Amino acid sequence: MSLNIVVLVKQVPDTSEVRMDPVRGTLIREGVPSIVNPFDVFAIEAGLALRDAYGGKVTLLSMGPSQAGAALREGISMGADDAVLISDRAFAGSDTLATSYALATAVKKIGQNAGAGVDLILAGRQAIDGDTAQVGPGVAEQLGMPSITCVSKIESLSQNGTGPNLRLRRMLEDGYQVVEVGLPAVLSVVKDINKPRLPSLRGMMKSKTYNLPTWTAADIAADTTLCGLSGSATRVKRIFSPEKRARGETLEGGAAEQAKTLVQRLRDSGFSI
Amino acid sequence: MNYFLTEEQKMIQDLARKAAQELVAPVAAELDEKEEFPREILKQLAQMDLFAVFYPIEYGGLGGGVFANCLVTEQLARACGGVAVSYAATGLGGTPILLMGSEEQKQKYLPLLARGEKIGAFALTEADAGSDAGNMRTTAKKDGDYYVLNGTKQWITNGGEADLYTVVALTDPSRGVRGATAFIVEAGTPGFTYGKKEKKMGIRSSATRELVFQDCRVPKENVIGREGMGFIAALKTLDMTRPGVGAQALGIAQGAFDHALKYSAERQQFGQAIINFQAIGHMLADMATQIEAARLLVYATARTIDSGAKEYGKEASMAKLFASDVAMRVTTDAVQVAGGYGYMRDFPLEKYMRDAKITQIYEGTNQIQRNSIAAALAKEARRA
Amino acid sequence: MSADSANSASATNATSAVIATNKNIWVFGEQENGRLALSVLELLGEGRRLVDVANAVNAGQKLALVLIGTSADIEPLAAEGIAHGADLVYVCAHPELAVFQDEPYAAVLTHLCRTERPAVLLAGATLIGRALAPRVAARLRVGLTADCTELGIDPENGSLLQTRPAFGGNVMATIVSSDRRPQMATVRPRVMVPLVRDAARKGEVVKINLGGLDFSTRAKVKEVVRELSQGPALDEAEIIVSGGRGLGDPKNFALIRELAEVLGGAVGASRAAVDAGWIPYPHQVGQTGRTVRPKLYIAVGISGAIQHLAGMRGSDVIVAINKDASAPIFDVATYGLVGDLFEIVPAMIAELKAGRAAS
Repeated sequence: MSLNIVVLVKQVPDTSEVRMDPVRGTLIREGVPSIVNPFDVFAIEAGLALRDAYGGKVTLLSMGPSQAGAALREGISMGADDAVLISDRAFAGSDTLATSYALATAVKKIGQNAGAGVDLILAGRQAIDGDTAQVGPGVAEQLGMPSITCVSKIESLSQNGTGPNLRLRRMLEDGYQVVEVGLPAVLSVVKDINKPRLPSLRGMMKSKTYNLPTWTAADIAADTTLCGLSGSATRVKRIFSPEKRARGETLEGGAAEQAKTLVQRLRDSGFSI
Repeated sequence: MNYFLTEEQKMIQDLARKAAQELVAPVAAELDEKEEFPREILKQLAQMDLFAVFYPIEYGGLGGGVFANCLVTEQLARACGGVAVSYAATGLGGTPILLMGSEEQKQKYLPLLARGEKIGAFALTEADAGSDAGNMRTTAKKDGDYYVLNGTKQWITNGGEADLYTVVALTDPSRGVRGATAFIVEAGTPGFTYGKKEKKMGIRSSATRELVFQDCRVPKENVIGREGMGFIAALKTLDMTRPGVGAQALGIAQGAFDHALKYSAERQQFGQAIINFQAIGHMLADMATQIEAARLLVYATARTIDSGAKEYGKEASMAKLFASDVAMRVTTDAVQVAGGYGYMRDFPLEKYMRDAKITQIYEGTNQIQRNSIAAALAKEARRA
Repeated sequence: MSADSANSASATNATSAVIATNKNIWVFGEQENGRLALSVLELLGEGRRLVDVANAVNAGQKLALVLIGTSADIEPLAAEGIAHGADLVYVCAHPELAVFQDEPYAAVLTHLCRTERPAVLLAGATLIGRALAPRVAARLRVGLTADCTELGIDPENGSLLQTRPAFGGNVMATIVSSDRRPQMATVRPRVMVPLVRDAARKGEVVKINLGGLDFSTRAKVKEVVRELSQGPALDEAEIIVSGGRGLGDPKNFALIRELAEVLGGAVGASRAAVDAGWIPYPHQVGQTGRTVRPKLYIAVGISGAIQHLAGMRGSDVIVAINKDASAPIFDVATYGLVGDLFEIVPAMIAELKAGRAAS
C-alpha cells in the first residue's frame, strides 16, 4: 500500500510578538519572526510517519508569498519528498473560503501530476495567527472528501474492499471518538498525535538546494473570481487592541492570610464557593 | 572565536546542538538517576543522520570524518556526558573496521553503523589489562573456519546494548601483544553473553558492562585485518578516537560553564549579581579561557587527522589530556560558583562534575597520555 | 482512488442569495443524546438580543433553532429551545442522524439554508461547531468567522458584526460578511449569556422533510470514549484550576484536583506540565491546547508564558499563585498570591471547607 499524502503548511508570524500600533490601528509585523505554524509540524510528522510505515510520498503545500517557501524548506529538511508553493497576486487577501478553494485546486493538480490522485490530506488543527480551524474542513468540502478534525491518534491503516481505511482517534471536549474513514480524506491534527522529528542532515542539505515549484493561479487553473479578495466572503472591518487587563491586587501576608483574603474576595464578588 | 567551520560543519553543529537541547537536556537528569540507556535518543540521532557524519560517503556516510564526529560529540556532551559517550562509542566500535577491515567488511557493516541501525562497541580492556593492555587473557583459538573465543572483557561502553562488537583477543598467547587479533562479533552469537552492568559515578546513562565469551565461535571472515594485527588495530583506533574523548570533555566543560555563567548573572547576594564580584568573575574568566584553548586543540587535532596525516598519536593524546583536565577543573569550579546549589542533585551542575571525571580515565588515563606524549617527544629528540 | 474523482461540484452550484430575501437569525442546536449543549442556550440568549436589534433595521425577523438528530432525541428539545428564546424551531429528524457526522449534518444544514434562507447562522465554537460550520460555509460559498467573542448588528445596514481575537489574543478584529447570506459565525462558549428559562414563551415548530438528501459518508464513528476523569469539561467549566511546572512533580497534581473538586471546577494545565507527561494533553490550556474563558481561572505554579496567556486571558477573574513575584502571570491576575503553592493551596482548601461548615 502506497500513500500519496499532501500536508497543508502555513507560515505564520510568531504570534506572541504581534502587536498593534495603537495610533495607526494597524498590525506591527516588522521584525516579527516567521515560523511554521506549530500545529502543521505535527501534521508533517504524521505524514512522514505514515509514509515511513506504508510507503508512498509526502508533498507539502502552502499558499503565500515567496518568503513562505522557507516554511516548506523546513518541512523538506524533516524528510518531506516534495513541496509546492502556490503564490499569485490573485490569492492576496484570501479569507478561509478563498484559501480553501485555492488549496483544494492545487491538491487536485498534485493528484493529476501523480496520475493516481491524492489519498490523504493532513493539516494542523488551526493556524496560530488566525485560529480559525476552518481551512481543513473547507478543503475537504471543496474536494468532496470526509474531514476529521482534531485527530489525536492514527491507530491503523488497513485495506478493505473499497480501498485504504484509516482508524483514528478524534479528540472531544471530554474524551475521544474512534473513527474509521475510507480514503481519500482530510485530517486536521492536534499536538497529541505525535512528537515531531528534528530535521536530518540529508534533509537539510536537500532543502538548501531544493528547487521549489511555485504555481500561479493559472498553473492550477483556478477560477480567479473564487480567489483572493474577490473569492472571499468576509472582510475585516476593524482591528483594535484588546482591553488590557490591569495588574490586579497582590494579596498581603503569609499563606494562610492570603488564602483567607482570596476566598473572601471571591465570595464578595459573587462566587458561591 | 571564528573556528572557520564550513557551511556543512556549521549545519552539523547546529543540528547536534538542537538534538542536545530538545532531545537530551530535558531527560539528562532522569537518565542519570535511573541509569537508563538512551536508546530512544540514539534512534533519533540516527534518523537525523548524526551517526553518518563520521563515515566516508562510499560506506553510507556523509564524509565528515573525525572533526564532524567531534562536533556532534561536543554538543551532545554539553547536555549529557552519558549520552555523548554512548554516541561516540558506537563510532569507536566502527573505527577498527574503517581503518583495517576488508572491503567486504566495510560494505557489510559500516553502512549499518552510519545509518545508526546498529550500535557499535569496542572491547579491549580486561580486569588485569587496563593501561597494560598487553596483559590480556581472552583467547581466540582457530578451529577450521572459525575462531573460538574464551575470556571476559570488562567495562565495555555500550556493552549489552550494542549490536556489533570489535573484540581484541589473543590468537597466539605466546607472542603477547603481537599475538593479538581483532574480531567483529555480532550480538547474539552463541557463547557470547553479558556480565554485570556497572554502577558508575558519572556518565550513568551509558551502559558499561562485561562481555563474557565461552566457546564463542566467530567465523574467520570476521577477523579485522590479519591475525596478529589486533593490537596495532587497537592503537590506531584509539589514536583516531581520542580527540572524540577530548570533544566529550570539552562539551561537558562548556555545559557546566553555561549553567555557572547563567547562575552567576542571576544569583543576587549583597544586593547584586555575584558575577560582579571579582572572585567569581575571575573564576569564570579562567574557565572560559581554558575551554577555548581546549577547543582549539581538539579541533586542530581532528582536522589534522582528517587531512590525511600519517602520525598524530601525540597530538591526539594532547587533545584528550588537555581537554579532560580542563573539564575536571571547569566542572569543579562551576559547582563552586553555584555554591550550595551547585552541590545539590536537583541542580544540573554536580552531574557535570561526576561526568567529567571519567574523561581523565578512559581511552588511556591521563598519566598514560603523558607517557605517550613524552615518548613521542623523546623520539623526536633522538631524530633531531 | 483519486481526489479528482470525488464530488467537487458542490462549490459551483451553490446559490448566493441577495440580502433582502434572507431573514432570521439561526442557531445550530448542537445536541448529544437529547441534551442541548450549553453553548446553544447561550447562543439563543445572544440571538434573542440580536434579533431585537436587527428588527429595528429590517423588521419581522425571528430567532430560529435548528435541531438535527433522531426524532426521539430532538423533538423534546423544541420546547426547550422555545423556552430559551427561539421563535421558531426546525426539526430535522432522521434515524441516520443519531450521532454527529460531519458530512450528513452539513448536507442537512446546507439544504435548510438553501430552502429557508436565513440571514445569520450561528454555531457554538465547539469541536462539532467548528467541524461542521466550515463545511456548510464552503458548500454555500458564504463567509464564516471563527470563535467570536462578541456579536453585534450594524445599525446602518443590519449586517452582523463579528468580533474575535486573533494573533493569540494580541489583536481583536471585527469581521463582516460580504453580500452572500447567511452570515455565519461560530461563537466561543461561556461568553454569551442564556435567557432565564421561560416555559410560557410561545414558538412555532416546523418539521423538515429530509427526503432525497444524501447522508452517506466514508467516515464512521465506531466508539466514543469519555476520558476526563471528573468535574465539568474544560470548555464548559465556570471555574478552572490549572497547574504548571511549579508543581515540581506529577504527584502534586493531586493538590490541583483537590482544589478543583472543592470549587466544583475543572482541571487545566500549562504546556510545560503536559509536555513533562504529568497530565494528558486534553487538559492543556494555551496556544497549542484549549482556549478557555471561565468566570474564575486559578493558575497554580504557572509562570504565564505568552502562549499560556493566549488561552486564558479572557477569563473574568484570574488568580495567580506563584513563588516568583516577577512571573508574567501576575500581569494579568486579578488577585496575585506570591508564595509557596504547597502552603497556599492547602490553606485555600481549608478556608473553603471551613467557610462552608460555618454557613
